[in-house]
Amino acid sequence: MPKDTLIRGPVYVLEDNIDTDLLIPACYLNLVPTIPEEYRKLGSYALAGLPDSFPKFASNPDGTTPFPIVIGGRNFGCGSSREHAPIALGAAGAKAVVAESYARIFFRNSVATGEIFPLESQTRLCEAFKTGDEAEIDMTSNTLTRLADGAVFPLKPIGAVAPVIAAGGMFAYAREIGMIKK
Amino acid sequence: MTITEKILARESGASLVSPGDNIWVNAGILLTHDVCGPGTIGIFQREFGNDAKVFDPEKIVILPDHYIFTADEKAHRNVDILRAFVKEQGLPYFYDPGTERYCGVCHVALPELGHVRPGETIFGTDSHTCTHGALGAFSTGIGNTDAGFIMGTGKLLVKVPPTLRFVLDGEMPAYVSAKDLILHIIGDIGVDGATYCAMEFAGTAIDALSIEERCTICNMAVEAGAKNGIIAPDAQTLAYVKARTAKSFEPLYSDPGAQVQAEYRYDVATLEPVVARPHLPDNKALARACRDVKVDQVYIGSCTGGKLEDFVMAARIMKGRKVAVRTLLVPATRVVEQGLVDTTIDGQSLRQIFEAAGVEPIAPPSCAACLGGPIDTFGRTHGHEVVVSTTNRNFIGRMGSKDSQIYLASPYTAAASALTGHITDPRDIA
Ligand code: SF4
Repeated sequence: MPKDTLIRGPVYVLEDNIDTDLLIPACYLNLVPTIPEEYRKLGSYALAGLPDSFPKFASNPDGTTPFPIVIGGRNFGCGSSREHAPIALGAAGAKAVVAESYARIFFRNSVATGEIFPLESQTRLCEAFKTGDEAEIDMTSNTLTRLADGAVFPLKPIGAVAPVIAAGGMFAYAREIGMIKK
Repeated sequence: MTITEKILARESGASLVSPGDNIWVNAGILLTHDVCGPGTIGIFQREFGNDAKVFDPEKIVILPDHYIFTADEKAHRNVDILRAFVKEQGLPYFYDPGTERYCGVCHVALPELGHVRPGETIFGTDSHTCTHGALGAFSTGIGNTDAGFIMGTGKLLVKVPPTLRFVLDGEMPAYVSAKDLILHIIGDIGVDGATYCAMEFAGTAIDALSIEERCTICNMAVEAGAKNGIIAPDAQTLAYVKARTAKSFEPLYSDPGAQVQAEYRYDVATLEPVVARPHLPDNKALARACRDVKVDQVYIGSCTGGKLEDFVMAARIMKGRKVAVRTLLVPATRVVEQGLVDTTIDGQSLRQIFEAAGVEPIAPPSCAACLGGPIDTFGRTHGHEVVVSTTNRNFIGRMGSKDSQIYLASPYTAAASALTGHITDPRDIA
């Protein structure tokens, strides 16, 4: 995914401290993400750990999600190092998470795999949006726009990991800088 | 420089590093298990080719531990993937569940086996890899992609973390344990209070702790968001390590006056037993303030609370008494399992003490219900159970059911609660 992509569609709104057990419960960790069929299955279980009061995330009949953008609060992705977490979101068809802050390993895994963009908002968004609102992320201007009323919310610039994200993940980056063979 | 900065500097070939620097660091050990190993291998093969060889077979340790005693077919398939890879690559440090070599929970087994050495770097595909900082190593959890990268290159791009220093002085009160100390700290700084940072623990109270208790503290550093937990090695550490490995190693220590981002001080003599209420590890409350909480199940196990000393603490409370609720015991490793037989209090083995107290049949070593797992996992919750557990996470659904409530506690508090059927300060019945 090139960095200047526009991402547009309905948002799925979460809160603070969304942990990796909510993102992908441990009973699905028997699936191996590098096996294509199991990668797709992981997508269909994305956010399956949420309490039943939340609407289903991967609700499309083919097991993908109608929500390309996930909005969270502080400390998104805390808990386990399971790469299955960003992979489940990516495999479901989500393109970006916009949160106030991230747990370290989740952020790193998102960047290393290139599965989703872990974007940081400058303000708290969980209360400003509700699930289903249409929005657009512009990664060139670092903004998130609510389409209904045109309200614009600033995102933080990606920072030190920008080259890794731009390259498309850890391996692509390492090849680019000659760390490993093409 | 701090001990964390010094280890990262040495392993990156730099004479000086500062927090925020992005550097390529050599991996001393790459640890993986049955849940993340197959995916790591998949990435290694996809990126380096099917004929590629790992960077150094001596530096890869594979300890299957998560989904071992289950009928789940994929779980068995995953261990078979590990077996095939180990054979093809000729890896010496594979602890196969089908054999005598099987150990149990990776973070308890890794130091037992002598794979943790002061001053070295350890990267593991498991967030609780931060445990091993207790022996003066830089040790941190990573994902499959980073692990696949290390498998091929032996290196990883690491951002040098700033250090938060926790100085714990004073004498530990009776029935307060390392688990209480770390639950206090996490309760104070919050589940994101150390995000991206190194948590360095020092002080006379840390010096007085055993290696196992130090492991409990570093184990939960990730529960505050830390990259690593670390404790300077001392004579006790060196003796522990030398008894388990013939490999040479060179410990490192923080310079006096090394710059840290923040320093926190505790007088442990003033601390009391605590629990973390559902559903976050920073949801701290005094155990004695939770007397009204009725308990359905008590769980003693995992890399945090399933070590031999954890069972000694529990046995001291349970000796000569009967449990009032379902009490599940899962020794972390086979060494711990054997310790239950070999360790005695007043001539009774720990196992005899537990059996006389009426606990459920003791399970074989593995992660078991610490992370829920497949449906047939020992101790997994299936309904609205209220659990007091010596594990490290009380997230919604962590032990299986989304409706169960998990209270994290020390082995003393867990055992005391098992006897009364409600959350109990161990000092009240000791
Ligand atoms: S015992 Fe629990 S926390 Fe420790 S490695 Fe196993 S699942 Fe993870």
